[in-house]
Amino acid sequence: MGLKLVLTGNYALAYAAKVARVNVVAAYPITPQTSVVEKLAEFIEEGELDAVMIRVESEHSALAACFGAALAGARVFTATSSQGLLYMHEVVHWASRARAPIVMGIVTRTLGPPWNIWPDHTDYMDQRDTGWIMSFAMDNQEAFDLTLQAFKVSEDPRVYLPVMVGIEGFILGHTSMPVEIPEQNLVDEWLGPRRQPYVVDGSEYMAIGNLALPEDTEEFFMDIQNAMEEARKVVVEVEEEYSKITGRPFKGPVECFKCEDAKYVAISMGAWSGDLMESVSQLRDEGYSVGLLRIRYYRPFPGDYIFEKANSTKGVLVFDRAISFGSYGPIFLDTAASFLKHTRKTPYIKNVVAGIGGVNITSDDFSRILKRFVHEVESDGVNVFEWYHKGKVVR
Amino acid sequence: MKVIVEPSKYRLPIARPLVGVAGKTGTWRLERPVVDNNKCTRCYLCEIHCPVNVIRVEPDAGVSIDYDYCKGCGLCADVCPVLAIKMVPEE
Repeated sequence: MGLKLVLTGNYALAYAAKVARVNVVAAYPITPQTSVVEKLAEFIEEGELDAVMIRVESEHSALAACFGAALAGARVFTATSSQGLLYMHEVVHWASRARAPIVMGIVTRTLGPPWNIWPDHTDYMDQRDTGWIMSFAMDNQEAFDLTLQAFKVSEDPRVYLPVMVGIEGFILGHTSMPVEIPEQNLVDEWLGPRRQPYVVDGSEYMAIGNLALPEDTEEFFMDIQNAMEEARKVVVEVEEEYSKITGRPFKGPVECFKCEDAKYVAISMGAWSGDLMESVSQLRDEGYSVGLLRIRYYRPFPGDYIFEKANSTKGVLVFDRAISFGSYGPIFLDTAASFLKHTRKTPYIKNVVAGIGGVNITSDDFSRILKRFVHEVESDGVNVFEWYHKGKVVR
Repeated sequence: MKVIVEPSKYRLPIARPLVGVAGKTGTWRLERPVVDNNKCTRCYLCEIHCPVNVIRVEPDAGVSIDYDYCKGCGLCADVCPVLAIKMVPEE
């Protein structure tokens, strides 16, 4: 076994990039991400990491620099949050369309205005349609594991797509937890050298992303969709291999917590799933048959797996920490579509949007919502959508 | 740093530049500047103003233009104080 350190979520991301032996880091500081690249800068300065740190004037340039370095054959890493991620958005598309393997940490934070540094999933969900593989961690160990696995997934010839790993700012980003770090030689052997579909090294003239006709462009898009389908298998394979070298349990794209025999299943993603697990355990003690499906990979969306686990239940309650204004939460939309792919007779599916703007949702809140949902299903009175708003807290 | 280039089974948005890419003009220029070096006074205005930087003025030889890259914009003909450059239609 390697090292066991007490790390913040941000440092866990930095350590994952370090043991992956990235060659280039380009980043711009933004709360709450800044300490990720500060730590990487420390590693480089102390000679622990042989990489180039490119200091840039914006997030747009940060990912552009990483994109260029990746095309030239470097293993790259960057991290950002919130408004920075929005500023980067154009290059986020460029990277996936060019099939450049890149790994990026997203330390989520709500979008302004009003100006706010607390976490939710709105910035992360904004990248939903960019063609990146998207994972999301529940704790710092998982933040480390998913980031390290992201390099392997991204550089798999069946995939060749960039990967973003989400963690909630402050809640994980600035909270310290024990993190196990596998031995460097094991990681080197497992991850192997950098792989990519083409290299721009100046040996020949090459044009990237030049004009293509409509039919050709459509085929590029279809290829990304096919690669996403392949990625479903690849993420599972990569995690199985990773479990062997680290000895940590395999969880899959969706973690099932007491859901095998549950009559009611909650679906969630991110750090608040920990509170939800507490709530599920507590409700089990009270006699409620509830379970949890925790999404670890949001793209490609593990819809078939969720259907398989939740189809025989009476009710599915989807917790979203983001909202598509005028519609529902993104995870709910994906879940509902996944059920409709398989059957016309779905269980009750309800969407609860909560925790927006960093509002703290506790296990008591989850218990209250889950109990109410159970009673709604029993009495056939399910409202499909609820915005769980706690109102102002007296301070 | 070792990089393994494994071909992808997917289409990649990369291409070899053809004529017309990488700055070359190709076939779409409508007019080309033609210089009468006997009239030219070597004032260098055309070289200074050429937006694609393809004009060179030598004290003895006079003006030379690299037609591979010249876009035929006509600026050189406009700025020539002695009307030594004419724009003529492409063949």
